[in-house]
Amino acid sequence: MLELLFDPLFRLPFVTGLLLAPVAAIAGVYLRLREEWLAALAYAQVAAAGAVVAVVFHAPVMLGALVAAGLVATVKGLLANPGNHHFVMFILLGWGVALVAGSFSAHGEMVGQSLMDGQLYFTGQAHLLGALALLVTGTLFMSWLSQRLLMDRFFPDYFSANGIPAWRHRVAFDWLVVAIVAVATTAFGVMAAFALLFIPAWVAWGLAQGWRNVLIIAAGVALVAYATAFVVAVAVDQPFGPVLVLILCAMALLRFTRRGFKSASPPHR
Amino acid sequence: MSAEPLLRCQGVVAGYEHPVVGPATFELFRGEVLGLLGSNGAGKSTLIKAITGHARIFQGRLDIAPGIELAHHRQQPVRPAECPLSGYDLVTLTGASRRAPPAEISRLLEGRVDQLSGGQFQILQIWACLGSAAEVVLLDEPTNNLDPATVEALVKLIRQDQAGRTLLVVSHEASFIDAVCSRVVSVSA
Repeated sequence: MLELLFDPLFRLPFVTGLLLAPVAAIAGVYLRLREEWLAALAYAQVAAAGAVVAVVFHAPVMLGALVAAGLVATVKGLLANPGNHHFVMFILLGWGVALVAGSFSAHGEMVGQSLMDGQLYFTGQAHLLGALALLVTGTLFMSWLSQRLLMDRFFPDYFSANGIPAWRHRVAFDWLVVAIVAVATTAFGVMAAFALLFIPAWVAWGLAQGWRNVLIIAAGVALVAYATAFVVAVAVDQPFGPVLVLILCAMALLRFTRRGFKSASPPHR
Repeated sequence: MSAEPLLRCQGVVAGYEHPVVGPATFELFRGEVLGLLGSNGAGKSTLIKAITGHARIFQGRLDIAPGIELAHHRQQPVRPAECPLSGYDLVTLTGASRRAPPAEISRLLEGRVDQLSGGQFQILQIWACLGSAAEVVLLDEPTNNLDPATVEALVKLIRQDQAGRTLLVVSHEASFIDAVCSRVVSVSA
């Protein structure tokens, strides 16, 4: 069974996930910073609904996922105080729409089912290019976005007091997350995408000392969990999504080894 | 002090849904430490929020000199219950890590900010503002959560910085205002 790991057919999905997993985990860190971690599940569920609706209209699946999740991010941006209750509404709406839209065609039902199951092996070249584009975009804008998101959290008056528009970094972040979730959902499935955004960030939040370490630990946990899940899922012939979720849940236990990692940032003396 | 104020507040009535404070009139000049003194509920923090754009101005005029950078220490700084940021990360955000911190601050830089006491976090946040490149620093009730020894350290910190920095300090503690401010304006609702 393990020889399948070296099958050229599995290389593309494997590399796609390898690029996407740390990107998703780092996006999850910033969602947690903004206390918007439940938005990851909301976007993932709505992206799945968009993908199924796209099948009904014979449109590309990833485009449907992106548009639907983008629509929700736009609505969230228009809300005065978006919070968990709004994200729960989006989750319920996404779940309902995905199932109802899926019932209109056999293909739609199959796509809906695969998004729930999380079958990484069906990913195509579009996913690989999407993952690569997200990795490059995320890397290029990381410094600009990170500084502003952290200032927004800990010194929220800085932008209004100095006449600096805060909407630019907020919208840029929302759209980056939407794109990451849309690609991750159509590649890994709804729950696996959510788990990748939630668990590594949660583990890193509990363990790390210093912001740089949070990012390193989150990306590391995501990579280890992803690679392990890929091997295990192939070896035991199980759907990838649930295997990844279970491995991430097991890795969440790392949180209980708290405060094991010291800051890499030397204090000014 | 230069002739042109960095901040001019002329007959400002500020509040949220309804007016809370004013009319208030004062000017803040470069290099001074101006204290806004008043009892709890007098609306001092609302005046600060009017300056940072978080409260509504019903009447009067508030002018801020163009191009100056403001730093604001909130009465209740944002502090998540679980937060992996180190003290160093926090002061780096505002650029305060470029300056040598006083001894009271340097011992707070290494650990996670969620392991600091309320008072330690408060003085670290104040240093993040004072040590930044901002020309005007707004300190809203900076003695909250501080024990007497830390208040003393804060007085020292502000006095050390008095040479080039312009500060607007809001407090209900007259002794603290007297200790750090070069001029005082009383505020009432």
